[in-house]
Amino acid sequence: MVRFQNVGMRYGFGPEVLRDISFELEPGSFHFLTGPSGAGKSSLLRLLYLAHRPSRGIISMFGRDMAQAKRHELPEMRRRIGVVFQDFRLLAHLSALDNVALPLRIAGYPREKARAHVVELLNWVGLGDQLDALPATLSGGEQQRVAIARAVIARPRLLLADEPTGNVDDEMALRLMHLFIELNRLGTTVLIASHDQLLIRRLGKPVLRLVDGTILSGPPETA
Amino acid sequence: MFGPRTDLALSRDPAGRTVPWIIAAMVFIGTLSLAAAFGLNEASAAWRHLVTGNLTVQVPDGPDADARADEAARVLAATPGVASARRLERAEVLRLLEPWLGRDAAATQLPLPRLVDVRLDPALAIDTRALALRLAESVPEARLDDHGPWLERLSRLTRGLQMIAAGGVGIVACATMLIVVFTIRAGLLVHREVISVLHLIGAQDAYIARQFQWHAVNMAFKGALPAFLLAALVAFALGLAADRLSAPLIPKVALGITGWLALPLVPLAAILLAAVTARFTVLLNLKRTL
Ligand SMILES: Nc1ncnc2c1ncn2[C@@H]1O[C@H](COP(=O)(O)OP(=O)(O)OP(=O)(O)O)[C@@H](O)[C@H]1O
Ligand SMILES: [Mg+2]
Repeated sequence: MVRFQNVGMRYGFGPEVLRDISFELEPGSFHFLTGPSGAGKSSLLRLLYLAHRPSRGIISMFGRDMAQAKRHELPEMRRRIGVVFQDFRLLAHLSALDNVALPLRIAGYPREKARAHVVELLNWVGLGDQLDALPATLSGGEQQRVAIARAVIARPRLLLADEPTGNVDDEMALRLMHLFIELNRLGTTVLIASHDQLLIRRLGKPVLRLVDGTILSGPPETA
Repeated sequence: MFGPRTDLALSRDPAGRTVPWIIAAMVFIGTLSLAAAFGLNEASAAWRHLVTGNLTVQVPDGPDADARADEAARVLAATPGVASARRLERAEVLRLLEPWLGRDAAATQLPLPRLVDVRLDPALAIDTRALALRLAESVPEARLDDHGPWLERLSRLTRGLQMIAAGGVGIVACATMLIVVFTIRAGLLVHREVISVLHLIGAQDAYIARQFQWHAVNMAFKGALPAFLLAALVAFALGLAADRLSAPLIPKVALGITGWLALPLVPLAAILLAAVTARFTVLLNLKRTL
């Protein structure tokens, strides 16, 4: 599904924030990505959701070398990737409902079919009575749940989440994790960046540990 | 998808608020320019029609000028294609000259040329050159005036004015494009965060371009429609005013049916131009992003 070989990345002409990154995500796998603040977790995800090009190394996704991918091919690939941004990135003037419906709308889904789907998912994340609320009127945790709903609505093949449970209580965090696990059970490959060691340990999924711009350990960690 | 809202809140951009006014000014100028071009066309056709139906023959003053003029009229009247030819009486000639010489001219003993008014048969085309030769055989001193040089000057003037009008329309089109390009680029900058999210969710450039395109159509429409109505009203009023004048040398100024059908093309073209410009501005600018 995803393979990195000696990948490096920098912002502009700055120093490399990622270097010699090599790992592989098997189709249908579920990984956590941890590491101290500033280690480069968000940067790594940025490479994965095709917002940034690596400065060196080879990234292949969906069996395709990304260096060869043309610009016009990217939208099609991005539609197979669901992203929960660390800062949510909800569209401020769209309601919760419209924000979540956005990926379907961009992919050209019929309106009514999409709506039922969106309402069901928003109910599931506990926002059934906030369908028409604008992001600004929602709490941090509620915005985060809208962001998660938007990332999973189109059943992506690859789900990337950057601190998706940073703003919710433990119970809701677990509930949201189960949403990802459910999606994973249906075949989606999942990678979640998280600081929450307790939660990571509780779910017992393999962990990629990023320290100082490079991956320290690939093997599963359960202790 | 749910309702008429779009992903980009373009209609709230302050930069977009001035655009309808500018487009309104452009459409107003463009519509009137086109109306002027059509009006000129009709006017010059009317003038042409007025003068091509007749010719004038001048016979210089002389001892038997009247007889010579009558002879010329006789020869011309016998020519196929000529409906009638008649020598004007001295009183008639003096009346024609009144605007230049004044009423007292009749009293003076000016050496006036004799004029033969020739009416042509509109059903038969006539070769004025052959006519002139034939006239020269019998009355060599007569001069045939077919208004050629005057018509030539008239059409040069008309063409010149029409070119100025066309240039005006061209400048209007360029200015419209420029204002749209600047506004759309400002919009791309203001909304770059949202555009980036749309891209990352899988939106194609065309999807984003479409939203800007409709925004441009809305802005252009808001300016073009009232401006066009106003310009059409002004053109109509000017036409009426010209009719009222009814001076002998100013023919009825009318746009003609083609003119009135062509005028709405100005606002339509402005809207279309705004849409196409917006689309390509977005597509070209987004190409530089990842
Ligand atoms: N847009 C940017 N331009 C320049 N440098 C950046 C940019 N974004 C991040 N960095 C730098 O890259 C490094 C890694 O940042 P990154 O956001 O990937 O860390 P992180 O592991 O996600 O941290 P956190 O856990 O706090 O979210 C940091 O040193 C940061 O200063
Ligand atoms: Mg981060």
